[in-house]
Parts: sequence; structure tokens; C-alpha cells
Amino acid sequence: MKAIRTALFSAITGGLLAAQVASAQSLTVVAFGGASQEAQRTVFFKPFSTTSGNQIVEDSYNGGLAKVKAMVDSNSVTWDVLQVEDPDLLRGCESGLFEKMDWDKLGDKGQYLESAISECGMGHIIWSNVIAYNRDTLKTGPKNWQDFWDVNKYPGKRGLRKGAKGNLEFALLADGVKPDEVYSLLETEEGVNRAFAKLDELKPYIQWWEAGAQPPEWLASGDVVMTTAYNGRITNANKEGKNFQVVWDGQLYSVDSWAVIKGSKNKDKAFDFIAYASSAKVASQYPAHIPYGVAHKEATQAIPEKIAKDLPTYPDNLKNALREDTAFWVDYQDELNERFNAWVAR
Amino acid sequence: MTSLSTNVELQGLAEEKSLKSKLRRSQRKQKFKAICLVAPLFLFVLGVFVTPICIMLFKSVDNPEVHKNWPETTAILSDWQGTELPPASFYLALSRDLRNSSENKTLSAAAKRINFERSGMRSVITRTARNLNKTPLESAEKEADKLLESHKRWGELATWQAIKRSSSPYTSLYLLNAIDLTLDNDGSIAKVSEDQAIYLNIFGRTLWISLVVTLSCLVIGYPLAYLLATAKASLANMLMIGVLLPFWTSLLVRTSAWVVLLQKNGLINDMLISMKLIDEPLVLLFNRPGVYLALIHLLLPFMILSLYSVMKSISPAYMRAAISLGARPSLAFVKVYMPQTLPGVAAGGLLCFILSIGYYITPALIGSPQDQMISYFIAYYTNQVINWGMAAALGVVLLVCCALLFAIYNRLANKHDLKMG
Repeated sequence: MKAIRTALFSAITGGLLAAQVASAQSLTVVAFGGASQEAQRTVFFKPFSTTSGNQIVEDSYNGGLAKVKAMVDSNSVTWDVLQVEDPDLLRGCESGLFEKMDWDKLGDKGQYLESAISECGMGHIIWSNVIAYNRDTLKTGPKNWQDFWDVNKYPGKRGLRKGAKGNLEFALLADGVKPDEVYSLLETEEGVNRAFAKLDELKPYIQWWEAGAQPPEWLASGDVVMTTAYNGRITNANKEGKNFQVVWDGQLYSVDSWAVIKGSKNKDKAFDFIAYASSAKVASQYPAHIPYGVAHKEATQAIPEKIAKDLPTYPDNLKNALREDTAFWVDYQDELNERFNAWVAR
Repeated sequence: MTSLSTNVELQGLAEEKSLKSKLRRSQRKQKFKAICLVAPLFLFVLGVFVTPICIMLFKSVDNPEVHKNWPETTAILSDWQGTELPPASFYLALSRDLRNSSENKTLSAAAKRINFERSGMRSVITRTARNLNKTPLESAEKEADKLLESHKRWGELATWQAIKRSSSPYTSLYLLNAIDLTLDNDGSIAKVSEDQAIYLNIFGRTLWISLVVTLSCLVIGYPLAYLLATAKASLANMLMIGVLLPFWTSLLVRTSAWVVLLQKNGLINDMLISMKLIDEPLVLLFNRPGVYLALIHLLLPFMILSLYSVMKSISPAYMRAAISLGARPSLAFVKVYMPQTLPGVAAGGLLCFILSIGYYITPALIGSPQDQMISYFIAYYTNQVINWGMAAALGVVLLVCCALLFAIYNRLANKHDLKMG
């Protein structure tokens, strides 16, 4: 009996120790999956593992802070570094879900784009939500949001990301609002009503997507005739032989950042990783794998023209572009999503 | 003589006593063993089932955000009648709480909570706190001025009423919202506005989808179960494998398989087009029929197995007896066989219904937003917007639905002497 007990005890403690050793050596990085995470794996994760000796464990999610909050509140943080969208970064930082950025490790702030620097986050990519269509099925495609809404000219389903963010802006743009007036209009009730009324027109034709990998799949399978999509996914699908077109007019661009989750057991290593991934030499390689802009100024200049023209930050692509208003979405996200959900479920 | 008999009696009594105590001891031992055997299951159920449900029930009325993070304001507001604007001392308390909670990073939780009561308050609170942090704490009058200067809403009665409502330790807000009701400014219960009232509709939809799925499972499953129970062993075995194979396949795999089959350029559409039955691909995915189809496929084995276990135990002699007494086979089937299968119908129906009202993944993958069932919204509130009070409240309503259903079943079962399985 005693022998059994000792054996059991040592097995359990041994297992726990092994688990602890494993967690001490590995860093868990969480991003948005799909093509963008594949690119991250090649450019950041694998080289960082080899140079620093810290193994990187990957996970992926579709945005949102619920899981992070659950981890922090229950004191069982298993994620270390997280790729977050701008409004989530701000809210997470305000609610104490993220560690403050360690600028000793990241170096001089001046070398990064100003919009990429914040209290709890280091800008990772500049990405954009654009219209995309399949040139194989649509010879003359849409030019702008008015065309996207025109179901007579282009019959068929449209893909849109499920949620209020983005769609309200697009609806107003389709309704003829100028990009620089969109957010001031959305702060008023009439503006929001106007956006929902415009969305009403398109509602029977919308197929909602939730994961970034869905739009290119649907374009390829012909499920939708045009869709909004993360620009990088579309360009990458073309690398795999697809014939998709990105419409830059009225693009909505934003910054994703790296953040470290409060209470991470590998805080130091997490900042080491962020410093590594943000450095000019490493970051400059990223757009070649997936066309998203990077935060390091030097890295941005080092990108060859052939790749740069597919980035949301390329001057030609910025005409009529809209920068996502983070402060607006932090303030109004709850109400607008609530209203959006009621609208979409009806 | 008497003394002898008393002696014997006493002896007998003593023996009886020791026998009784022995019996008791052995019974106690037995009882202890039984408890030991049940204990793991009991603890397991307590730990992973009863406790979480109790926590969920509690979460649906728990209201800690303002109560915990703004202690001074909460204390001062508890005596306030809420009929006229509060004095400057209230502003001082609020200002102190705002500063402290923005320091402790608890401001956004409180702001979010108050925003449920009065929309737009979130930005008012965070902006005011940002302004306040630029100056030191001063006298009550000055703090009141600062607040009023930051936003005109601080001078409105409705704002203070909203804070008072959200500062009690418990709230009925989430439970009311889950059935499309809300609390008015004066604390009376009212209907929520038209463009926010969705949950009753969604509960109705959930129950309807589950009903259709359960009835379809019964209609499809009954003949098959009958065949399974009465066919020759070799055929019955083959059929059983046919029922069990999909049953053993992961739910996610089966659902994704339906996506592959039903999509616009999927197998079914391709086949129909190549057979020249249709010209344009049919819309089979992201609509209600798709959800029905996949749910029926997922839940059919539960119905078939419940029916089968009952049908297997019905002796064929009854049918033969009925026919030999002159009943037509169809009449014998309806009058003699079917009533005996009712326990299986009831058990299978209840199982299918209760399983399908909680379904989440299948409608999420195959349905459009208009086909989402209530669990989708529970998941949405838990995973995306972190409003656990609302998620718990919707869960409570779902739990009540299940309990009611079970009570009705029990009633019927007692009346008709039905037993599960």
C-alpha cells in the first residue's frame, strides 16, 4: 500500500514538475490564425525559437477579451503574448488585463510609427478591411461601396464581417458620406439610424463571416460574389493561384498590436519576443509573406516596391481611406454591438 | 421463581441489546461502505455540476462592479431618495471614487455597468476621470464644478438615478433583460424598446426548432427502430452499425461534412446540376432547412436507440394474440404495439428536445443569424462582450424552460404510468 502511495505521489509531483519546466521554457503566442499566422510562424516564431532557445507554443483566436479576462481574473494565465485589435488593446489596458510595455527592451520610441505606440501595446501590423471579388467570375467588378450595395448591377451574396465595427462605416460610405465625416455622424443617433437603414437594404444578400479565412474560401467557392476581407488574406490567396481583386477605395485600416497578458509567467521573455519581432531587420521581412504594413519606420522603407504596392499604407491605396477610430469604438462598442445583434437576429 | 424468571428475562434483554447493537454496527458499516462507493460520483457531480450551476444562478443577480469599486458613492447614495439632484457632498464622493478606480484600473468595469442603465455613460465616465486626474482633489463645491464642466450629464437627475440603480449589490436587470423587460428610471418594470427586444423571439425560435427536430426524429426514427427490433439478427446488426457509426463520429466533423455537402458548389448542388434537374445552384446553406437537416441527423441516433431499447423488450406474442383474436394487423399495431412503445417515445422525445434546445455549434456553422438559438447568445455574452451577468440570466431562463419541460413530462409519465427507457 505504502509503495503504491509513494509511486502515485512521485508520479503526480513528477508530472507537475515536468509541466512547470515545460511552461518555463515555452512562450505562448496567440494570433489570428490562418495565412497571417503562417507568415508569423515563418518570420517570427521559428527564428525566435532558434536564436533564443525559447520554444514558442501557438494558439489562435478571433479577437475579443473574454478569454483573457477569464484567465486574469481566475489567476490562471496560460497565454503570454497576444495579437490584439486596437479597441481591445485600449479597453484591455484600461481594465488592467495587459502589462505595461517594457520600453527598456523595445528601445527608442522614435523609431516606430506614432500610431503604433501605446501604454500596453506595441504595433505589430497595419491591416485593412477592403472589398474583394473574384475576377474569374466577375469581369468588371465593383469600384467602391456604392457598387457593393448595388444588387441589381451585381446580383448575388455579399460577405461582411459579423459585428457593428466596420459595417456601419461602410454603410455610411455607401450612402455617400465622405470618409472624414463618418465618425462624427456615427456619434449621433441619426447617423447610426442612417447606417442601419442602409444596411437594411443589403440585409437579404449578406452572408456573415467571423474568421478571416472565410472570405477567400467563399470567393473561391462562388458562395459570395464579393466580400469584405483582410487585405493580406486576399493577396496571399492570389499567391496560391487565385485571381482575386482588392478594391482599395474606401478601405478601413487599423493597427494590431502585440500585448503581454497581465500575470504572464514569462513576462521577460514575452517582451524579448516583442522586441525581436518589432526590430527593423525582422519586421521588414514580414510584408513579403503577407502584405500588412509594419510599425518600424526603417523596416517600412526597406520594403521593395513590388510588395509595398499591396500594403494598406501605400500612398495610392490611401485615397478615400478611413482610419478606424479607436476611441469611438471603445466608447460605443457595447451599445452598437447590442443594437447590431438585435438587428441581425431579426 | 420470580427472581429466576426476571434473571432469564434480563439475560434475554441483554442478549437482544447486544444483538441489536451488533446489527446496528454492521448496518453502519454497510452504510459507510455504500457512502464510500457513492462518494466519488457525489463529489464529482457536486464539483462539476451543482456548484457551477449555483454560481451561474448567482451571477445572474450579482452586481459587484459599482458596489465594490465605488464604495463612497454607493454608501452615500443608499439613503438618497432619487427625486432631486444630490448636494455637492455627493460630487466629492464620486470624484474620489472616480480617481481611485481609475488608479486601480477598475473604472472601465464600473463605467460599463452604468452604461447598461444609461447608454452613453461609458464615455462620459472615462472622459471625466481623465479630466479629474489632471487636478488634485479639492473642496466639494469645486469638485462638483469640475464634474459639471466635464459633462453636462452630471447635472441630470437620470444620471444619478442610473448610478443609484447600478450600485446595489444585487440586480434584477439581467434577468429582466433576458425576457425583454427593463427597469424604468423610477424603478418600475417596463418593456424594452422595439429594436432591442429579441430574446423572447429567440426563445420561441429555439423551442420551435427543437420541436420540429424532435418530431422529425420521431417520424424518421420510429419505423427504423421497429425494423431494428424485429429484423433478422444479420440485417439488424448491419442497420445498427449504420445507426452507430455516425453516432461515434465527432459532432464537429458531422457538422462540417454537412457544410461541404450543402454549399453552393457542394456535392448536392453539383450532382443536381449534372443531372440537369436544376440550372442554378440551390441555397441550402445558411438557412433554416439546413439547420433542421443537420440537427435531425445529429440527434436521430438518440431517438432510435431509446425506441429500440423499448421495442426490443416487447414480446411479439401480444401482436400475434391480437391478430389471432381477429384484429387486422394494422389495428393490432396501433392498439396493441404502439401503446407499449410510448415509454420509448417519451424518453427519446425528451432526450432529443432537451439536447436540441442547448445546441450551439450546428446552428452557428450552418444557420444564418436568423437561425441562431439561445445558446449562441449565451456564448456571445460569455466569449465576446464579457457580460457574464447577461449570459447567466439567459442560462437561467433556459434552465427554467428545461425544468418546466421535465415537470410536464413527469406529470404525464405519472398519469400514464410511463417510465424512462
